[in-house]
Amino acid sequence: MIEILWLGRGGQGAFTAAKLLGAAYTSDSDGKYALAFPSFGPERRGAPVRAFTKLDTKPVADRSQTERADFIVILDDTLYSPSLRGLLKENGQIIVNSKTAIDGALTFDAEGIAAEHRLPTVNTVMLGLLVGLSGVVTAENAQQAIKGYMPAKIQERNISALLKAAEEAV
Amino acid sequence: MKKFLSGNEAFAEGIRLARPEVISAYPITPQTIVVERLSEMVEDGSLTAEYVHVESEHSALSCAIGASAAGARAFTATSSQGLLYMAECLYYAAGGRFPIVMMNADRSTALPWNIYGDQRDSLSQLDSGWIQAYAENAQEALDLALMSYRIAEDKRVSTPFMANLDGFVLTHTYETVDIPTREQADSFLPPYETENRIDFENPRNMAFSAGPDTNYIFKFREHEGVLAAREVITETETAFAETFGRQYTGLTENYLTDDADYIIVTLGSIAGLCRETADKLRGQGIKAGVVRIRYMRPFPNEEIAAVLKNAKAYAVLEKDISFGNEGTVFTNVNSALKKAGVGVKGCNYIGGLGGRNISAADIEKIYTDIAHGTDAVNFIGIGGEDNGK
Repeated sequence: MIEILWLGRGGQGAFTAAKLLGAAYTSDSDGKYALAFPSFGPERRGAPVRAFTKLDTKPVADRSQTERADFIVILDDTLYSPSLRGLLKENGQIIVNSKTAIDGALTFDAEGIAAEHRLPTVNTVMLGLLVGLSGVVTAENAQQAIKGYMPAKIQERNISALLKAAEEAV
Repeated sequence: MKKFLSGNEAFAEGIRLARPEVISAYPITPQTIVVERLSEMVEDGSLTAEYVHVESEHSALSCAIGASAAGARAFTATSSQGLLYMAECLYYAAGGRFPIVMMNADRSTALPWNIYGDQRDSLSQLDSGWIQAYAENAQEALDLALMSYRIAEDKRVSTPFMANLDGFVLTHTYETVDIPTREQADSFLPPYETENRIDFENPRNMAFSAGPDTNYIFKFREHEGVLAAREVITETETAFAETFGRQYTGLTENYLTDDADYIIVTLGSIAGLCRETADKLRGQGIKAGVVRIRYMRPFPNEEIAAVLKNAKAYAVLEKDISFGNEGTVFTNVNSALKKAGVGVKGCNYIGGLGGRNISAADIEKIYTDIAHGTDAVNFIGIGGEDNGK
């Protein structure tokens, strides 16, 4: 099972990214299963939010929060802490939206790509970076998920931002 | 068509396919999404129904009762304090033999105030006369929504149906769900027809009072209606499998129980983690199994006794407590064994109250504890190293 932990702040769309990844993974095959869920509770703009995506080739029966992730994707670098390494599997990676380098994590200026595409949030950019780095889903599948689960008028911008990010990450 | 949906959204899709004619709604976390989606469906025309915004849960169920008494297929949904607030009406719906379907998002009860999942809300209403089902995942939630009306409206049953989804863990978790077509759904579930309705051509006495000489007879018939759901559930699941290709297993679902020494009996979404833990222990040579109770009413007395009789020990894991005694599911399971003359040693594990996490390690410990013998009633996470902190 591949497990992804998403960290963001309320309003940044971390859970939307978690959901899009699950939808992308399961979009074209019957033999693939996914769960996506947020850290449960009242929704408050700006408050730290966790979201989870679990991907597997058999039905995912364990609905508990991920304790060891393959990837931790952080949408807001103020949420980064070195202690997050304790939540990673052995070869796990942390991907952070940050303008400055962070020791032990891969950093990208996701805000730059988001701004180019007139997007107020970096969630689909970070999804694109994860897709490019990990290959857990194809860019094509991620694109399909955006088409299936985002409002029509913002699909195009999000898709081009995702594709740009996926290329940049490779 | 396959879609990536939450438990609430999947249930709403099932209800859309079931074509309720009246939906009465009052929102409460974590149920809100189901009534929001249904209001969108009524607005966009994919569901034709009278959608009534009411001012409270008591009114939500009262409205559904009125609709059912007019011969309409009715739906409502609630959770936690909302269910408790409508408790008076639960008994009216059941006693009036109105086959209303209600989704309940299982959530803790106050105080302390808490919006997270446990099963104390619905289990406190086992005696209200409603059929009670518990789903494990979003697909089962959708399928229950479709099957619920066929079971509830069967003339042998004529009993309201409460479909329970674990708050957040199921209601807010997204997964792939196969949504049947409108044609499939219509061929499976015919429109509701009943004589138990207000009809000026054929007037009848409804919602009447009955004195000491006859009241008891009505109550006995109400009991027979819930009991009749046993075979109607089986028949409905057979027809469901023929139409949709998914086969359910009646009042319980067994996993690796045939040769199991140690069995956890539980209900709802935690069953998945129990099965994974049983798999892990099987790999270590420990014969672990799982029974998931799918229906608390009618209660699976025979099924439980048959599956536990050859075990060395069992545990009942539940997100519930009846203060001053034990978990209510444990009480029910023990009664089933006593009636069948089965003397296997059993223990109760209470956990997850107020949404507290139950981990794989917690479940593994249940299996090892019951193999060695432990207290009759145990509280996960209390009394150990962290002592409930």
